[in-house]
Amino acid sequence: MPVPHDPSPALQDYAHPEKLVTTDWLAEHLGEPGLVVVESDEDVLLYETGHIPGAIKVDWHLDLNDPVTRDYVDGEGFAQLMDASGITRDTTVVVYGDKSNWWAAYALWVFELFGHADVRLLDGGRAAWEAEGRPMTTDAPEVAATSGYPVIERDDAPIRAFREDVQAFLGGQLVDVRSPQEYSGERTHMPDYPQEGTIRGGHIPTARSVPWARAAQEDGRFKPRAELEAIYLDELGFDAAAPVIAYCRIGERSSHTWFVLRYLLGFENVRNYDGSWTEWGNAVRTPIAIGTEPGEVPTR
Amino acid sequence: MSPAPTNPAGDALPEAFAEIADDFHALGPKDRLQLLLEFSRSLPELPERYAEHPELLEPVPECQSPIFLLTEVEGTGREATAHLFFSAPPEAPTTRGFAAILAEALDGRTVGEVVDTPDAVTTQLGLAEVVSPLRLNGMAGMLARIKRQLSEKAGL
Repeated sequence: MPVPHDPSPALQDYAHPEKLVTTDWLAEHLGEPGLVVVESDEDVLLYETGHIPGAIKVDWHLDLNDPVTRDYVDGEGFAQLMDASGITRDTTVVVYGDKSNWWAAYALWVFELFGHADVRLLDGGRAAWEAEGRPMTTDAPEVAATSGYPVIERDDAPIRAFREDVQAFLGGQLVDVRSPQEYSGERTHMPDYPQEGTIRGGHIPTARSVPWARAAQEDGRFKPRAELEAIYLDELGFDAAAPVIAYCRIGERSSHTWFVLRYLLGFENVRNYDGSWTEWGNAVRTPIAIGTEPGEVPTR
Repeated sequence: MSPAPTNPAGDALPEAFAEIADDFHALGPKDRLQLLLEFSRSLPELPERYAEHPELLEPVPECQSPIFLLTEVEGTGREATAHLFFSAPPEAPTTRGFAAILAEALDGRTVGEVVDTPDAVTTQLGLAEVVSPLRLNGMAGMLARIKRQLSEKAGL
């Protein structure tokens, strides 16, 4: 039985309000059959310090990445994870996390690679829940494992871009969501995050710069639709009917922007290039642009 | 459980780390995380003289979350005693846990012992499977900065 959508007026202006829930809604629906709450953080121990009652933990490094191939888990790996987590194909999944939901958006995106139908984000994430003084617990949830999650062959094409896709897309609606310093090439990593450095600094030629955080409010919630439109439609001049590719350094911050464009603004074709700058900036025979201007499509 | 591995050169882990490594290796994955959480809770507060002067601390950008560290030495040369101080917010428990491990293993040891600690020690604590190798880079970054500060301050 599907869990009802959050009718909160705060969400209804978005193109797909069914993809978000408010903290109020989640507080009311915790424990409801058919709903599983997933915490996904950058800090692998944060969940253990206290989490939303009943929430389970999914870690992007340990659960969603394949340990051998640089890729996400395959259909069998995902099905095992879902069965162990008590998630069936019909379960409504609400994901939340730290850092304005970066990792939560990333987890949601991976769920969608497997075509899981009903995955939503908690608007504002962990910080909003905590700031409102809502209950947190260190009690491990009682997870009733399920069985029979189908082994889905991942369908990457609609929402995931590979390097070859990006190479053929130069001059299109390409958005770089890293910090301005990473975009210009002054830095090869986000301030304070050097561990996935690249040899070269700069950006993919013709990419426009819109740091992901411009879509978030101070409290971690998404900005209202009109403010998002002012950025992506008015300022960038993007067309919601034309395809977009977003990238960052490893694909987590661009999952946040992917969510904004796909579900809050209703762009029809949005792909996340998860290879992102760690791949592009290091790849042989791949052109880059340096400085604050997008640059030109290379002639060869 | 696999026994605590030796480092690639074949030497045993330094005593200070060997005990911690044994503790982690004796546990299954979930309990290793709990032990790391206990470490993170045990990280001592900064003494007042530093708490009021955060600019004296060195940032460790290798860590995903903000952490600052500072060392003090008593004496000079390899026999000087090393003291370590860390500051990291509660919402960064993994980073705090790494700092607490380093504090427990190295605080109060001689500068010589600390700078001789093999850099690979951070990968031999049994944490890679539960934390991910990428995240462990943060601990390696802290250790490298500690060694550099101590070498400078002890006049090595």
